[in-house]
This record gives sequence, structure tokens and C-alpha cells, in this order.
Amino acid sequence: MKNTRRIFVRNSALAMAGAGSAPLWLKRALYAADAPSPRKKILVAIFQRGAADGLNIVVPHGEKAYYALRPTIAIPRPTSRGAGAPAPDAAIDLDGFFGLHPSLAPLAPLFAQGHLAIVDAVGSPDPTRSHFDAQDYMESGTPGWKATADGWMNRALPPARIDNPSPLCAVSLGAVLPRALRGPRPALALQNIGDFQIRNQPQAQALEQLWEETPDPALRATGRETFEAIAMLETIQKTPYQPAAEYPRGRFGDSLRQIAQLIKADVGVEMAFADIGGWDHHVNELGQRASEGQLANLLREYGQALAAFWQDMGDRMGDVVVVTMSEFGRTAHENGNRGTDHGHANCMFVLGGPVKGGKIYGQWPGLEREQLYENRDLALTTDFRDVLGELVARHLGNPTLRTVFPGYQPKFLGLV
Amino acid sequence: MQTSMVGRALPPAGRPKTGASLLIALIAIAAAAPIAVPCAASTKKAPDFQRQIPKQDRILQALNRLTFGPRPGDIERVKAIGLKKWIDLQLHPDRIPENPVLEAKLAPLDSLRMTTRTLVENYPEPQMVRRMLNNGLPFPSDPDRRVLYEKLAERFERRQKSGNPPPPPGTELAALLTPDQLRGLRTGTPEQRIATFETIAPWRQDEVLLALPPGVRQAMFPAASGDLRRKLALANGPVQVVAEDLSEGKLLRAIYSSRQLEEVLTDFWFNHFNVYLDKGADRFLVTAYERDVIRPHVLGKFRDLLEATAKSPAMLFYLDNWQSRGNSAAPARGKRAATGLNENYGRELMELHTLGVDGGYTQHDVTEVARCFTGWTIDRPGEGGPFTFNPRLHDQGEKIVLGVKIPAGGGIEDGEKVLDILARHPSTARFLSRQLATRFVADDPPPALVDRMARTFLKTGGDLRAVMTTMLESKEFWSVGAYRAKLKSPFEFVVSAVRAVDGDVDFAFPLVNQVARMGEPLYRKQEPTGYSNSSKEWLNSAGLLARMNFGLALADNKIAGVKADPQAAAAAGPLGSPEFQRH
Repeated sequence: MKNTRRIFVRNSALAMAGAGSAPLWLKRALYAADAPSPRKKILVAIFQRGAADGLNIVVPHGEKAYYALRPTIAIPRPTSRGAGAPAPDAAIDLDGFFGLHPSLAPLAPLFAQGHLAIVDAVGSPDPTRSHFDAQDYMESGTPGWKATADGWMNRALPPARIDNPSPLCAVSLGAVLPRALRGPRPALALQNIGDFQIRNQPQAQALEQLWEETPDPALRATGRETFEAIAMLETIQKTPYQPAAEYPRGRFGDSLRQIAQLIKADVGVEMAFADIGGWDHHVNELGQRASEGQLANLLREYGQALAAFWQDMGDRMGDVVVVTMSEFGRTAHENGNRGTDHGHANCMFVLGGPVKGGKIYGQWPGLEREQLYENRDLALTTDFRDVLGELVARHLGNPTLRTVFPGYQPKFLGLV
Repeated sequence: MQTSMVGRALPPAGRPKTGASLLIALIAIAAAAPIAVPCAASTKKAPDFQRQIPKQDRILQALNRLTFGPRPGDIERVKAIGLKKWIDLQLHPDRIPENPVLEAKLAPLDSLRMTTRTLVENYPEPQMVRRMLNNGLPFPSDPDRRVLYEKLAERFERRQKSGNPPPPPGTELAALLTPDQLRGLRTGTPEQRIATFETIAPWRQDEVLLALPPGVRQAMFPAASGDLRRKLALANGPVQVVAEDLSEGKLLRAIYSSRQLEEVLTDFWFNHFNVYLDKGADRFLVTAYERDVIRPHVLGKFRDLLEATAKSPAMLFYLDNWQSRGNSAAPARGKRAATGLNENYGRELMELHTLGVDGGYTQHDVTEVARCFTGWTIDRPGEGGPFTFNPRLHDQGEKIVLGVKIPAGGGIEDGEKVLDILARHPSTARFLSRQLATRFVADDPPPALVDRMARTFLKTGGDLRAVMTTMLESKEFWSVGAYRAKLKSPFEFVVSAVRAVDGDVDFAFPLVNQVARMGEPLYRKQEPTGYSNSSKEWLNSAGLLARMNFGLALADNKIAGVKADPQAAAAAGPLGSPEFQRH
């Protein structure tokens, strides 16, 4: 079945008509014919690379120790509660104990309306404070286990392509495929939808043949995915995308805008991935005020992009859940350079139509010395796989959690 | 904001309809699989590191791994010298006369030869230019550059004063040029644009250059003379030139240098001791870092390389150690006692530079090592100052690093002792050997080879040339399992493609951009890990597409600044083919 379809795709759509002139309906039909339903549940995973400082993102302003541990870089307590406008340099109160960093103001209404849930004191149970290892563990979905060859997102994909034959079933925005999406099931890395083509048609066909014939299975599979995606994206490239929201400038905003474009184009996306780097703030995390400086600027871009995605997607958010993560948190106390060093637990955001938001999930361990992990970091009370596992099982409807998170039984928090 | 949410009430999506029973069967199979789902790769046969490749393939194997790919005629040249002798020469680059073509091409990139301090003066940031104007700081000695910077500073000044955004480029140009000149600069071939530019009065040319939109400047570039090229680049901002020179220099060296192994190793060790060009002062510091810290040591003693990086302003700045201070350190006069240990360098030193993450250190060791390095700082980093040890910042207490006591009352020697401990640690020997073997032999290098390399490392006191020799004399390096078993990184791919088509490179920034598009922006890996030495990192659709498009464009002579030799291009075959991605 797989073979016949492939041959059909190549011969009819590309070789015979030429990818440039094949009618759109033909290509749509090719992929739509055996798709089970036009509207799929979609999971968008966001990775904040560099270990974001969760304690200054979801601020425990009700915790006295927080202010003691961070004499120069704590986010001030909210000045008003509820409906009143918060001061631009203070935390935005969420529930009387936690507040959002002021740069995340665009996300506050989403929390208030119940679309955004926050999980706090969450992360990977592995004690490593190495960026590389911790990212690797979070993306492989197997903390402490380095030999895992594939990523949790790849394992969470539909088990066979007959179920979702689209080459865009799993996409990552960027020049390299992240660890989370690597593995035996096809997953696509793409930088820019508009550029995803080979300009020289006759040569393109010759190249496609070479990639189809290469004996190396990994190269052949990537070649195939690429050429199928080229054919698929051609239909999308023809209509310039008009987002229904303004995304912030920068790579992260571009990534989310293109994910929205792909989802709205109904090309079979089920999993999408984007990342945003630059969170490793060892020095001068904050400017003179909480709303200034490195963390504030990065959070502004991050919050604006997520809010724009929400708005742009409109009621398609009913099918979509966005989940964010970062490899570990940062020290509860500030270091000597108005920054923070590598820590342990962090926070995760879960945003989407199906989300039971407006609530902080998880158990707060406290920040008193004896409550800290190894006397220095926020302790972990929720495993990140509890969050991801619930989304895979209850949102995507994938029952094979044992393979997605081998050796671990996720405990659902009731997020969706 | 959105009101009604579709799907909120829907039950979790099942996967009904087509082929439901088959699907259930598949799920069952997946669920029954061993817990870690094996990747496709693991079903492949294990590579054979025992069986040797045929004798006639050995030269190609050497050229693939020890150079950035063969140029036409290279195989014959190595044959003439003799493979053994050729390898020995590559291991002693000082015995190889450098290619004069390379030297000519590097000549205009003058920032590559400057000390950091001269570089800061010659390629200043706008604020610096202003300080030069206002405070009489020394201006660059080159008169042409001086004029350009004065104009640049004036523009900066005007913009600062008015507080307005710059006027639309059109209005400024309209005041400087006739409509014909304006049209001539904006359209036509590079040669036509340059011809138009030459009709502008010389005393007005600098001003015009600065006012032109960057796209027009770039369009003029191919036909511009050497001096004008420099000005075109400077008009984008002097600071950017430093980064451009670095990346172009790296491309040119990789393409043209006769000391190919030294280039490959410089790429390897820079990446091992990665620093990030766009972090603050590092934009001035990386030039000297690569030239004076990395390159001279790539075939020397690891301990020297390690200390050179530890004392380099580029690394001290990148991993924040220059700001780290001990808790017992005396506060600077008039300042509050800011205590400030910063663990960043201490951790990466052990995890990435020496022991490896599983090398047997603890969080406690990280803190202790960080304490040892307090006081290792930079004398005025913003002005290109050198390494200095500041005893006032140093934590003088006792430390215990990996079980070794470092007594109280020490100074700079605390850090040096740590480097001693780390440089001769067996974990370091193993970690570095494995990294080298991953780059030069195979993604999963045979442990027996890594062990032998590590033994050489320990026996020779970390002599990197000896470690390379052990690897190059091993049967594994010349085995079937190693031959063409690696996928080229984007940098390796682009350089090998230019070499394969015998490309003549006039200017290299379009190649620099291509490498970045494929996922490996040069000098711009933000994380201290550097890029992966393993091929897996690079196999994906985005990279593949970029490689295919680059290959086609290069062979068709559509990459600006590079001329492919048609005969060589035909002989090289499709550069976007799966075969050409391997080496």
C-alpha cells in the first residue's frame, strides 16, 4: 500500500504533470484520500533553550523567601489585584500567590479567560545541570537514559503513515530537526514555507531519482520526505498568508506564524515544534527595572508571539494545545552578577482551546532553605512527562504512552 | 478575543474510519516493542572497523577526512608525494609553504591581522566613533577610513540629536545625486552601477555610500575595486566588518589553504572551545581567539591549549568568568560588597572542555572550580584589554577539586592547578579522544580505538599530534566502517563543493550565508556545546533542500563571488546528490 501510493505520488503528481503544473486538487486529493478526518488534534511544543528562569517568569510573590533570595533581581509584588491595571514593573497577579512577569502582559487575559494553564515546580527529575544533557533528556523523553535514539514527539506520532500520509504531519521550524522529532517516523524541518522548493525543475526530478535510489535508508527517507513536502507546500505557497494578528519580529514570531499558516491550510499537521534560545542569564538578568533588560526583552517577544498565535488561530485553537518547556530552572538565589546559575525545577505553560486554564497546576514546594533542592534550587514536584503524557493521551488521543515515555507512567493533572 | 471554542466538549480524538483494524494491530505491535523504540539506524548492520578498504581508496579516505574535500588533481598530487609523506606533512603544517593564492585573497581582510586593541580602534561601534570625535580618542590612522568614520559619526550624531528615525533613504540621496545617477545606481549590472558611481564627485562619494540602501551596496560589490569594496563593507557598519572578515577568512582558508589538516583541526578545536561572536565584547575578541589561542595549539599540547582558552578574553567574557568573584574577596573601594561567584565557566570547563559530562565530577566540584578561577578576569574588556589576574576578586579559601586539596591563600595558581588536574585526567583523555574519533572516523567510533588514543594522550602528556598519529595509524581509520561513513556538516559540504568544482572565489560572503542557511552559522553557535561532531545533527529536510539548491546554483555559476570550472563541475556530478553529502 505504501509503495503504490509513493509511486502514484511520484509518477502522477511530480514526474508526469511536473510539480509546477500539477493541479492543486490532485495534490490535495492525494493526501486527503485516506486521511481519517480533515481536522486533527494538534500539539505544538515550544522549547525555551538555555534554561529559562521560571521563578522570574511565574513569580511566587506570596513567598517571602523569594525576595530574600533575590535582593536585586526579584520581580516586585503586584501593586493591584484583579481588574486594576498593574504597574508596568511589578508582577501581574494571577491568584494572590503567583504572578506573571510584567513582560508577559499579553498572556494575562488568556489566563484570566481560562485558556492558559501553568504548571509550576515541574521539570525533569534527572539532577543534571548540563544544558546539553538536560535538553537531550527532555527531548528524548527519557531522563537519565542517554541511549534513547529517538525523541518523544516522534514516538507520539501516528504509528503508520496510512493514518496520516501528509509529509507535514510533524514539522519543526528551523534549519535543523530537533531531537524531540528525530526518529523512524517522518518529520520535517523547514525554515521558510515560501522558500521550500527547488527552482530548477528538470534537475529537481533527476535529484529526486538519486535520493530515491540511494542504498542508505536514512538518507533515502529524508530525501523522500523532502520531495513530498516540496509538492505539498507548493499549494500553500501560491496564496500569500495574511495572519489575523501581529507577530513580533524575530525568528520565534516567524516560526509561530508559519505554524499557524500550516495548520490553517489543513495540510495534515499534527505535531509542530519551535524553539527560542537565549535564556541562559548568568549576568544582568534584569535591567534597572523589572520591565527592562535581557529577560524582559526575551519574555516580551515570547509572550507577544504566543498571544499572536492564539489570536491568529481564532477558533482553530479548539483543536490545538501549545505546551512550553525549558531544560531546567535556575538557582533560587541570585548569583554575584545579578544573574542566576543552573538550577532544577521550572514552569510550563499549556495554552489552547481544550485546556482547563486559569489555574496553576502542581504542588508548590516552597523556597525556604530546607525546601530547596540541594539547598539551592526550586524542588521538583511534577515530572514534565506528566504534562506531556496527558496531552499525548487525552488531547492527541494516542493510547501508546508506554512507548512514548518508556519506563514511566504519567500521572495526569487534568489539564485538558 | 475569541469567544466560542470549537472542540472543547469533544472527547479525546480517536482514530476511526479507514483501516481501523489494521491501525489497532499496528498500535499493538508498537506497544509490544521493547521500551525504547529503536531508531531505524539500529536495525542496520554494525559498521565493520576491522576489514580494510582497498589500497586504491586510501588516498580518497585521507583527503575526505584530513582536508575539506579533494580538488581536481588532489589524488594525483598525493600519489606523487606518497600518502605516508603527505600525511606527515599535514601533521607538520609549518613545513608546508602556504598557498600564495590564499594569501592574496586574505590580504584585504585586514582585521584578521590586527591585535584586539587595534581592531577596536579601526572597527569601532557608533558610540566609540562618537567618543573619538568628542573626547579626542585616537582615530584610525588610515586617512580614507578616517573620512568615512567622521561622516559616519556625523550621521550618528545627527540621528541622536534629532531623536528622529533616519530620513527615508530616497530623500537623502536625492539631495546628493542627479536623477540619472540615482537611477544608474539602483538598476543594471554591477559594472553599470560602478560606472555610474564613478561619475559622482570624489568628495561626495563617501556620503553617497553611507546613504545607499544596503541592497544597492551589495549589488555594486562584485564589480567594485578592492578599496571601494572595503568602503562598501564599512558603510554597513564597521563592527560588522570584523564578523564578515572572520567568516570570509574561514571559508577562504578552508577552500584554499595547503595546510588543510590545520584548518580542519582549527574548526574542530574552535568548536570544542566554542565562543559566541554576538555576545557583547566577543565581537572584537573572537578574531584573536581563533588566531592566537586556537590555531597555534591544534597539534600541540592540550594543556597549553586549555590554558590559552582559560586566559583568553574571548572565553572569559563568553562564560562570564571575568565577572566572577569570591565571597571572601574585598569589595572595590566605594562599592558595596557585591559577592559574586559565577559557575558558568567552572561547569563548562569540566563538562565540555575536559572531563565530559560523565567524567566523574559533582556539583560541589563545579562550585569549587569556580572559586579557584575567581580573579581570572579582563582588563577593560570594552576596549580590547588583555587577561589579568585580580587578587582582590580571588577567593583565597581552601578548595577541594576532584578530591585534590588546593590550600588556602593561593592566587592565580589555584586556577592553574585545576587546569593541571583536568588536563591529565583519564576522563579528559577519553572524552577528547572520543570527540576526535567522532569527527575523523565515525559517528559511533570503535571504543578500542578511543582507548588507544586515550592511552597515547596520557602517555605523552596530552600531545595532540601524537593522538592524531595513533588515530591515523589505526586500522579503524582505514576500515570499511569508516570509509565514506560520515555526512558532511554544512560547512564541510559548502567548502567541499567549491573545491570539487575548482571554484575561484572572488568574495565569500554569499558562501557564508549559505552555510548559515543550512543550520551552521559560523562563529554564531550561541551554546557552549558547539555544533555536534556527529552527522545525525545534519540530516533533515530543511538542510537537504538548502544543499540541493546550493549545489545546483553553484554548478550553474549562480552563486555571487564564485566561479565554477565547467569541466570540474561536470566531473564532480550533482552536488545535491546523496553521494556528495558523504565523505
